[in-house]
Amino acid sequence: MTDLPAKDLSEPDIRPAPSRLRASFARDRKAQVGLVILLAFLLVALLAPLIAPFDPNAMTLDMMSSPSLTHPLGTDDLGRDLLSRIIWGTQISLFVGVSTVALALILGVTLGVVAGYYGGWADMIIMRYIDLQWAFPNFIIAIYLVAVFGTGLLNVIVAIALAFLDDFARVARSMVLTLKEEQFVDAARVQGFSDLRIMFRHILPNALAPIIVQATVSVSYAILGEASLSFLGLGVRPDTPTWGLILADGRSFISQAWWLGVFPGLAIMLVVLAINFVGDALRDALDVRETGP
Amino acid sequence: MGSYILRRLVGSALVMLAVAALVFFMIRLVPGDPVAAMLADAGSEEAREALTRKLGLDQPLVVQFWKWFTGLLQGDLGVSIFGNNQPVSTILLEALPRTMSLAFLSFVIALVIAIPAGILSATRRNTATDATVSLFAFLGLSMPDFWLAILLIIVFAANLQWLPAIGYVPLSEGLWPWLSHLILPSIAIGTGFSAIIARMIRSSMLEVLRADYMRTAASKGLPMRVQMLRHAFPNALIPVVTVIGIAFALLISGAVVVENVFAIKGLGRVLIQGIQNRDYPVVQGAVLVVSAFFVLSNLVVDLLYAVIDPRIRYS
Repeated sequence: MTDLPAKDLSEPDIRPAPSRLRASFARDRKAQVGLVILLAFLLVALLAPLIAPFDPNAMTLDMMSSPSLTHPLGTDDLGRDLLSRIIWGTQISLFVGVSTVALALILGVTLGVVAGYYGGWADMIIMRYIDLQWAFPNFIIAIYLVAVFGTGLLNVIVAIALAFLDDFARVARSMVLTLKEEQFVDAARVQGFSDLRIMFRHILPNALAPIIVQATVSVSYAILGEASLSFLGLGVRPDTPTWGLILADGRSFISQAWWLGVFPGLAIMLVVLAINFVGDALRDALDVRETGP
Repeated sequence: MGSYILRRLVGSALVMLAVAALVFFMIRLVPGDPVAAMLADAGSEEAREALTRKLGLDQPLVVQFWKWFTGLLQGDLGVSIFGNNQPVSTILLEALPRTMSLAFLSFVIALVIAIPAGILSATRRNTATDATVSLFAFLGLSMPDFWLAILLIIVFAANLQWLPAIGYVPLSEGLWPWLSHLILPSIAIGTGFSAIIARMIRSSMLEVLRADYMRTAASKGLPMRVQMLRHAFPNALIPVVTVIGIAFALLISGAVVVENVFAIKGLGRVLIQGIQNRDYPVVQGAVLVVSAFFVLSNLVVDLLYAVIDPRIRYS
């Protein structure tokens, strides 16, 4: 939603993508804030064992105590330190966000590239499936898959990844459809390269910009999705502190202990906000047309 | 136009057919034994066989599907396994008005926030107003709806005690009781939705403001208000309508989660409770109805699109 200074249309920006990116991030305050927040959360996730003041699952008699110097974010109904739980929850959230998108990207992009490159029957079958998936809201697919597979970290990752796969397939396919008419593809064909090599070594690298933008946005959807599933009790195991689960656990006590309802959600929002800031800047820098949510 | 509507109707019916088949087969093709899962470890051999027969799982898959599907066409979705054999269709019919009320009110709230916010930020582009709207839009997009729901309960139900924290009262018991139970959940769902629409209205308005007819309107000396509300806004709405269709997914997903926060026994709560009870007929039925709702609302949006934009002619 940022309005960058009007571009000079007579002179297209022909700098390579990395330096265009740097320039765009350098003038975009929101993107900088987003990057800083993301880096901070990444550090928290990596250093969780060192910086968490308490064992996230250690119960004490110090129950439902409000934020204090010992417990900066207070404790829950079982006397567990909220800050330590949120710090450990960062690991799960970021891990689920990134691994889900990695899986969705690999599957979706492969399907999209194959459909776009070969056309015909392959395209027909793949796209009919993608259209069918389009008839369900993504989150409903994730819920249904978890219902079918059962809960647990791996199942949640697979369920959310499958739910998001269609977004990547669509983006990849539409890019391949335009790119495969380019001369460099003909050149590669004339040189006798295999289809596989042309698809993934020649076409795909040129289609990366919109895929990167899609992936960035999807990380935030995946984090929200995992949090929602955990909140509904359909996420990872109940003894793993994840942000959604901490909120669900604290829900019954929010009238006496507001901190249980406020801080875990704040963590989710900050990460998602940071990703959205960065995603917006990426979209501007890589000049990707905005599509629907 | 008539043939376009017909084609879209047939298309949507086909999609629903495929959706029904997918929902049916997915739950059966995945490894695992639903009977064992439903009975946990407690079931005896007889109980297992009885349940298998009751669910019709002893028959070939194609026969099962045919039975299920013909039942479906007659509005029969099977019976709930959990509790007292209530027909799934009864459970869902009871839940549907709650989810519809919630979705409707969320939609209204979203538009009430988004339309002025979008117009304001477009007409005062690059001012403090625009920046503020933009920041709030980002916050709205990033805030998990269930968290907003909890915050609203903390403030308006637990502390101020202005509104009830849980439950649902049907409209037949009065407007205010109905509304008062739905306001908080609708704000929780509608906020994220409004952020998306506000952003769309803004960019769409900016596009329209550059159009020649806007310059004509300005040079005719029309007041700013008339220029914006009569000339710019209706044209800016056209692309927004398509996004509203996509964003219905968010509305439904939001309802599923938020209903569970406010203990409103709508489709979402039925779905989640069904999963927790491993009540597969209920889960199947709820997913089907939610998707039907989604497919139908997209259909309505597409038809609406043709109506509001006279430039679009479908042959």
